[in-house]
Amino acid sequence: MATPALDDPGLPPGRGSLPALAVVGHGGGGGRDSQVRFDPTRFGLWAFLGTISMLFIGFTSAYMLRRASADWAPIAAPPILWLNTTLLALSSVALEAARQRLRAWKVTAARGFFGLAGALGAGFVIGQFGAWRTLRAQGVFLATNPHSSFFYMLTGVHVLHLAGGLVWFLAIAARLRRLTPGDDALGLFATYWHFLGFVWAYLLFVLFVL
Amino acid sequence: MAKLQGLLFGLATLVLVVVATAFFAKEWLPPLKSDRIAIDHGIAVTLLVTGLVFIATNLLLAFFAWRYQDAPGATAAYWHHNAKLEWIWTLVTAAIMFGFLFNALAMWGQLQKAPPADAMLVEVVGQQFAWNVRYPGKDGIFGRTDAKLVDPGNLNFIGLDKTDPNAADDVIMPQNQLYLPEGLPVRVRIRSLDVIHSFFLPNFRVKQDAMPGMAVETWFTPKVAGDYEIACAEHCGLGHYRMRGQLHVVKPDGFDAAVAAALE
Amino acid sequence: MAHAETHAAEAHGHADHAPQSFIWKYVFSKDHKVIGIQYYVTAMFMALIAGLLAMTIRLQLAWPEKTFPSLNFLTKGYTDGVMNPEFYAMLFTMHGTIMVFFVLSTAPVSGFGNMLIPLQVGARDMAFPFLNGLSFWTFLPGCIVILSSFFVGAGAAAGGWTSYPPLSALRSAVPGSEMGQTLWIIGMVFFIASFTMGGLNFVTTILNMRTKGLSMMRMPMTLWAMFLVAVLGLLSFPALTAASLMLLFDRHFGTSFFIPSGLVLSGQVVNHQGGSPLLWQHLFWFLGHPEVYILMLPALGFTSDIMVAFCRKPIFGYKAMVGAMLAISGLSFVVWGHHMFVSGMSPYLGMAFAVGTMLIAVPSAVKTFNWLATLWRSRIIFKTPMLWAMGVVSLFISGGLSGIWLGQTALDIHFHDTYFVVAHFHLIMAGAALFGVFGATAFWFPKMFGRMMNDTLGKIHFWFTFLAYYCTFFPMHYIGLAGHMRRIYDPYQYEFLKNLQPINQFITISAFILGASQILFFINYFWSAFRGEKATDNPWNAAGLEWTTPSPPGHGNWPGEIPEVHRWPFDYSVPGAEKDFVLQTDPAPIGDKAGSH
Repeated sequence: MATPALDDPGLPPGRGSLPALAVVGHGGGGGRDSQVRFDPTRFGLWAFLGTISMLFIGFTSAYMLRRASADWAPIAAPPILWLNTTLLALSSVALEAARQRLRAWKVTAARGFFGLAGALGAGFVIGQFGAWRTLRAQGVFLATNPHSSFFYMLTGVHVLHLAGGLVWFLAIAARLRRLTPGDDALGLFATYWHFLGFVWAYLLFVLFVL
Repeated sequence: MAKLQGLLFGLATLVLVVVATAFFAKEWLPPLKSDRIAIDHGIAVTLLVTGLVFIATNLLLAFFAWRYQDAPGATAAYWHHNAKLEWIWTLVTAAIMFGFLFNALAMWGQLQKAPPADAMLVEVVGQQFAWNVRYPGKDGIFGRTDAKLVDPGNLNFIGLDKTDPNAADDVIMPQNQLYLPEGLPVRVRIRSLDVIHSFFLPNFRVKQDAMPGMAVETWFTPKVAGDYEIACAEHCGLGHYRMRGQLHVVKPDGFDAAVAAALE
Repeated sequence: MAHAETHAAEAHGHADHAPQSFIWKYVFSKDHKVIGIQYYVTAMFMALIAGLLAMTIRLQLAWPEKTFPSLNFLTKGYTDGVMNPEFYAMLFTMHGTIMVFFVLSTAPVSGFGNMLIPLQVGARDMAFPFLNGLSFWTFLPGCIVILSSFFVGAGAAAGGWTSYPPLSALRSAVPGSEMGQTLWIIGMVFFIASFTMGGLNFVTTILNMRTKGLSMMRMPMTLWAMFLVAVLGLLSFPALTAASLMLLFDRHFGTSFFIPSGLVLSGQVVNHQGGSPLLWQHLFWFLGHPEVYILMLPALGFTSDIMVAFCRKPIFGYKAMVGAMLAISGLSFVVWGHHMFVSGMSPYLGMAFAVGTMLIAVPSAVKTFNWLATLWRSRIIFKTPMLWAMGVVSLFISGGLSGIWLGQTALDIHFHDTYFVVAHFHLIMAGAALFGVFGATAFWFPKMFGRMMNDTLGKIHFWFTFLAYYCTFFPMHYIGLAGHMRRIYDPYQYEFLKNLQPINQFITISAFILGASQILFFINYFWSAFRGEKATDNPWNAAGLEWTTPSPPGHGNWPGEIPEVHRWPFDYSVPGAEKDFVLQTDPAPIGDKAGSH
């Protein structure tokens, strides 16, 4: 281990301060004595992001095809979406701030920023419900026209992924006390969270700019 | 016991080759009654080439199973690549496949090219579980249809708008009755009222899905007068199996009379 | 991914101690071998059901005019001994769905993949054992939902396994389309979620957890197949997820993704507009064609790995075999339109898809030639696994060649949706996958249960299955040429099909023999699991890494350290070697593929 002093006894061995490329030699490092190329968890996460990307690509190709039909009637973006977008962006920023504080051993500050990131994320989800309410009040429902169908469906699928992220957030929050600078937990979560931010930007672009 | 297995495998494969070849030598295709002879030729060529490959590879498999069995004193070669051999069979296969591909694309181009200007126009509309046939009449233009006007009680299955001037001379046949003149190219406009059907004329090598929301055209020339069947080839519900129509190919000079008689 | 943290930690901790209580050891297990067996047994149970559905289909096709009062107990299916047409539609829909997804994707991939990947890469377990267990416990509800659909409302889904809308989207279009189709969608979502979890585990384990010395180009063909299958699944299944969700919305929430304007169903105007049924077909087959290779690639991998062990000769053209698998996997993403040549899709698109389709025949042919070259000058020992492997080669040839007929756009006009297609995919996709699974079962049985399957019974099972399989599916080519359509409740309504009834009867009798002979397999499987002859660690004298584990492998797979790999797993009959095989872990500098790293 490069910095054994940072290792928390509660953490599995082999996960010191080099989380992303921890190469554990044959027979060494404790439980896992295969030759590990990349951190499997991080790799698995990226593979998962790949399959989520394919899901949204699938939806997008359907969207493009459907948009070409004669009955296409665009709906206006509810203004609250811009607020939501800001919340989600700030949530990512807060998460990065938390990671930075944690690396700098400012554990209390890190916890604060982490909590803020979660709160902002939850704010985004609530805001999305607000957007749906706004549309419903305008008489724009799921089945009103193809654009509204896609809007509800795509935002719904995105919110589901975010909700999964919030469950993950809670799981980390539950053991926040034991979080140490060398822990990759925040890094993994941040990867997923930022990815959902990018997906949101992509959806906004596809739904309202393209 | 082991000896027996190799022999059995060889024999079984041999029997497969012989029986399969014997049956493929029979005439299975429904007799061709249209101008789409190219498809039959394509099938014959493909049967010949793939049949030879089938026989050759299976005979090799049978021979190896019999010849290279374990026996006292038998050894296996330590031989695991031969770049030249591998390139040869890859390139030969690729060449054969490109041959098939070009032939198939040329055929496809022929079938999909624009129909002759004098081709007769007819519309076939699938519904659960019948075919609706309509001729455009003298003006050559189909009248407007509208789903809201569908009225099975008054035999208006396709929802023809009778106020449309183009509809005045449209001829709607009794369901499942299609009349075509012999020797004249015909454009069939295929639509569906509800779910996907597939307009299949086995004797004419014609098959085209009736896709709801689309009107797809296909054209061919019936060559031999007679009575044939129209089948539905796409699962369209519980009555799919009885969605059977009749195609009557008649001599051109008797065509109008035949249609008129059918309308009686 | 909410669990990424916890199970990563468990991946480290688990090697230290095995779970003790029965329920954590055998029910909610995180051990890859237990999960593999759970998947396998569930899939085989589903196969039994789907097989019975097929028998019922065949009964109807052979004698639609006869009555079977003894079947009246199927209250939804038979009235006065006569099958209801909607029941027939449910039968072929559910037969296809269960066989493709819940049997032939599950047994080889989720079953043997979980069983073998850690053993072949040299790992204590999969990368994410918790996710692995969760994957099975997501799969099982999917099975239950799919099966329960027969008993709910009007019955199971009846729109075909491809569920083409509008038939599947309009709830009144076909009886059973009511609740059954919705349950079909829910079942598929469970399946896809479980397959995704499995796929993440597969790629991660194979790429990241190979033991020292096991480079990618030293992997057995099974590992290559599992890796590619997982990639195919992760990239293609999301398209079906998206499409299923849209179909669900069309059915229940009034959207119009797939339902076009102006439809009239039984005299009623349908209140949807603007959707495109073709869109579903594109999304479905974007999954559907890679899915075909998800079924087949593992069987091709098993075949190579079994073949070398029983012909005592290295695999021929390893690089070409790997290259062929890569090419097949890549091309499988650009051929989906060949299912849609006569759908009304642009003819130019049809041409583009024909190119990919004809090209995919080249790597397939390379595989066949390489197998034949492997057999040449070998020393074949005809044990049960080898017979199945030879069977796969035979079916791959027979079924592959008819693909050349179907891939030619113009010829497909006549063959589309006829029994020629049914013959083609049952031989190559279903048959090769099924034979691969049987071969793998006999071959790796010692690693499942520490016992051998009965070889004599296995051979009898093979011969009945092999002959009955050909007798069932080969004649379908001929009736397909004659124009016999698929999914026809009573073909003899048509004059031009009336004279095909004797062939249909021959097929049906063969199918019954085929079905009945599977009893032999189930007897052999369960009898051998408990009473079979005890297996040694390496009963076949095979060279692969998995044969260095005990039979059956205990928790953590290797009692001591995980061995290092020094060569490929195909070193048989190496000149200068003591025995006629050299284990992958043997550092001896003999053979062409040895080396310390």
